[in-house]
Amino acid sequence: MKVTVTVNGQERSAEVEPRLLLVHLLREKLRLTGTHVGCDTTSCGACTVLLDGTPVKSCTMFAVQAEGREVTTVEGLAAAGTLHPIQEGFKEEHGLQCGFCTPGMLLASKALLEENPDPTEEEIRWALSGNLCRCTGYQNIVNAVQWTARKLQSDSAATGAS
Amino acid sequence: MYPASFEYVAPATLEEALETLGRYEDDAKVLAGGQSLIPLMKLRFAAPRAVVDINRLPGLDTLAAGDGGLRIGALVRHKTCEKSELLGGRWGTLGAAAPLISDPIIRNLGTVCGSLAHADPQGDWGSALLAMDAEVVARGPDGSRTIPLPELFEGPFVTSLAPTEIITEARVPDPGPAAGGTYLKLERKVGDFATVGVAVHLAMDDGRVGKAGIALTAVGPTNLRATAAEEALAGSDLSDEVIAEAARLAAEAAQPYSDTRGTADYKRTVVRVFTERGLRTVREGMA
Repeated sequence: MKVTVTVNGQERSAEVEPRLLLVHLLREKLRLTGTHVGCDTTSCGACTVLLDGTPVKSCTMFAVQAEGREVTTVEGLAAAGTLHPIQEGFKEEHGLQCGFCTPGMLLASKALLEENPDPTEEEIRWALSGNLCRCTGYQNIVNAVQWTARKLQSDSAATGAS
Repeated sequence: MYPASFEYVAPATLEEALETLGRYEDDAKVLAGGQSLIPLMKLRFAAPRAVVDINRLPGLDTLAAGDGGLRIGALVRHKTCEKSELLGGRWGTLGAAAPLISDPIIRNLGTVCGSLAHADPQGDWGSALLAMDAEVVARGPDGSRTIPLPELFEGPFVTSLAPTEIITEARVPDPGPAAGGTYLKLERKVGDFATVGVAVHLAMDDGRVGKAGIALTAVGPTNLRATAAEEALAGSDLSDEVIAEAARLAAEAAQPYSDTRGTADYKRTVVRVFTERGLRTVREGMA
């Protein structure tokens, strides 16, 4: 059956079997391989994407369920060659080692900061507790999210003052 | 991992959903949050001929308290419960359980009613809602019926729902303003199933316990009510001695088994400790 999804702002259609998982639609049909398959058992969060702005595990959703909805993947974060502040934060604070969990971490972090622009360390750890980092680089991931929160706040203060 | 092939139906009305289930007799599954169903299908423990996606049905996402008590619609997500300010006070057992369900990303999609229909004895909602005397409303080809949770849960992953029925909502009776509760869960890590969980609910009546609900997760073939513990609490003054006795009786009601998460003895001890701790927490919260 045909499925039409808005991916990173662009309407994309594909002919799929109902059993095709959203992650495979993204990776294999649309060639957006930034979304990773980690555990494939709903545990690790590497495949996290945003569905209408909310983090979901794309290995645990059928592509046909996303019909008519908006999906954001890691490819949709940087705009016109400029890193998204959350990507900048992960770069500045060394929030990645092997990088496998990073796309999921970035999207879960982005959703957190949109909902809660000034999270405590505990709130960050809580919000990312569905995303596993096998390098165990959690401390720097938390630092990266804190860096981004400060950056976004100082940016919006600067905009407000000008 | 790919699930086996199936036919996908996304009905626009409940009637159409029921008609579709009827057409496939006992070989269709209802998809709400999908956070248990899809993993089962990927592992091919489940291979239904059809999947009926109810996410586009209107009116099933109500979480509200009114004269009839609390209503939790079939599409109310765990995250909605976690964020709801409604689920404190008298509904505190539910409010305490919500943030402990699986992990935050799964909570965005998974549903309360789906968890009940899945009937995993390690499910947290089953205990929280058992302790609060909840029932589900099941709609089938011949109309609606209500099923109290003890009758819904028949065994591990087995319910009394007919294959042609859909749970449209869970209902929790209003325990009155002088009520409270909590839920305690031991898990190895976020997202793991409970090693042990204990739901505690107390409705007070003139300074004494009017009604008590104690229910246990992951220590039996279904979520279990600790009836003897509840009886020991009813009418009592919630003294330390009464709490200790109730905790002992709850541990006695548990039917744990040894596995990778712990030995049966260990789990029974956790039930006792959690029941005692939960009761003390609720007593202090209401003091």
